[in-house]
Amino acid sequence: MSAVGAIVAAPPRVSDATTEPAWVRRALIAVALAFLGLFLFVPLVAVFAEALKKGVDVYLAAIVEPDALAAIRLTLVAAAISVPLNCVFGVAAAWAIAKFDFRGKNLLLTLIDLPFSVSPVIAGLIFVLVFGLQGWFGEWLRDHDVKIIFALPGIVIATIFITFPFVARELIPLMQTQGIEQEEAARVLGASGWQIVRRVTLPNVRWALLYGVILCNARAMGEFGAVSVVSGHIRGQTNTMPLHIEILYNEYQFAAAFAVASLLAGLALLTLVLKIVVERRVAAQASGATR
Amino acid sequence: MLFSRALLKRHSVLPGFDLALGFTLLYLSCIVLVPLSAAFLKTFTMTWPAFWDAVTAPRVVAAYRLTFGASFAAALVNAVFGLVVCWVLVRYDFPGRRIVDALVDLPFALPTAVAGIALTALYSGNGWIGSFLPFKVSFTPVGVWVALTFIGLPFVVRTLQPVLEDLHGEVEEAAAILGASRLQTFGRVILPIVTPALLTGFALAFARALGEYGSVIFIAGNLPMVSEIVPLLIITKLEQFDVPGATAIAVVMLVASFLLLLAINGLQAWTRARQGR
Repeated sequence: MSAVGAIVAAPPRVSDATTEPAWVRRALIAVALAFLGLFLFVPLVAVFAEALKKGVDVYLAAIVEPDALAAIRLTLVAAAISVPLNCVFGVAAAWAIAKFDFRGKNLLLTLIDLPFSVSPVIAGLIFVLVFGLQGWFGEWLRDHDVKIIFALPGIVIATIFITFPFVARELIPLMQTQGIEQEEAARVLGASGWQIVRRVTLPNVRWALLYGVILCNARAMGEFGAVSVVSGHIRGQTNTMPLHIEILYNEYQFAAAFAVASLLAGLALLTLVLKIVVERRVAAQASGATR
Repeated sequence: MLFSRALLKRHSVLPGFDLALGFTLLYLSCIVLVPLSAAFLKTFTMTWPAFWDAVTAPRVVAAYRLTFGASFAAALVNAVFGLVVCWVLVRYDFPGRRIVDALVDLPFALPTAVAGIALTALYSGNGWIGSFLPFKVSFTPVGVWVALTFIGLPFVVRTLQPVLEDLHGEVEEAAAILGASRLQTFGRVILPIVTPALLTGFALAFARALGEYGSVIFIAGNLPMVSEIVPLLIITKLEQFDVPGATAIAVVMLVASFLLLLAINGLQAWTRARQGR
């Protein structure tokens, strides 16, 4: 073993014949870090730097301004409605798919993933086709004075579409590997269906559920394309945070745009931190055997 | 109940199948299937020549070329650098590895509009990166490529990671004992094993890039025929109250996405087969 090889710490499980020379390792690490630095780290830093460019006063003023507060409120409300609904759907879908064997399961799995492969803009467009003035229910909605497009319901339903698969995606694989023995035992001991879900299944998947909710929430609060199509951009009324950022940016109020953006970037960082914590818990729960 | 008896392959003592599956199908239909079908049904109200004109107008074709071209280039760059990043994260130990690993997911978590304005500020003529470059990035097709590369970055890394982690030293040791150089081992042993996952990651990044809107529109400048992407063109048509035109283009993109989804499903099956699962 060369002395140089010992300096760059290689994982102990890899012996010398199956790893690269030290200079190759260093070069590859440098390339990877340069690529990630250029495309990930620098943009993230830039958000906060641009937000604080004109000082803390400008930063705070941009956030407590009434239109910004209205946008923050709307974003929170839309997420507060869409995330729990997708959460209930995720648990129901996972219960049916993971605990029962039925025809058409693979097709159902593909259909649940479908929103991931639809462009956000098209997701917005389809709800305009259904609920818009010239859409299927357009006349009926107008006659009954119900506003969906260019109002909160449209924003919520577009957000639900975009974040549709997140919770189900996290729960299904985990619940499939956990099998049904524990639920069957609970059943034999006389538990009702709701008792089984509440006392056996959900505790077993609680970290994966939390992770799904976190991802779902991050996407719900940050969704731009779909919401942009259905919101109508009415300032102070139907502007979510990402749309408010767009308006500020197009008005050349860069510091204010980045100030609001920094809140969402903070949320993204929080999401990443929570993800690490939850992943450790899931790993710990898995290695600690099923309780 | 009749419903469950017809579908269930095996009797189960667990309750709630009807309720869970019924709710799942109802919710799926209301939120996803029925609205998506609206796009296809809308185009059936158009005559064939009107549909064909809408999806083949020069401005639309230019947008397809840019969207597909930039998405392909971005996915390609992500495949190459994603492999390097993933290799480094799985095989080597260096200070800050865990933080770097977590940071890879940033494009998943960061709202696209935030990414869009940050990249635009960086790559504009007087930005941190743009001022060092001899050519223009913001407001050109290169800017579109930059945004799409950012968006697609995690897909290749996260698809490759479990496969590389599963790759234990035995096959590489065998290759080394049989006299292969490290480069030969990589090219003839490791690369063939990871190829299905690499292609899957490439296809996922490509599919995501095709529909991307938020991060692109700020940096692209949106000049018709030059730097206008398809999703933006759909919005432009909507704002001009050309709903049939917007829907026709959307249907073309939906069909492309569904074909890619099929390809990705096939690639994932190949990955599992290659891993012997």
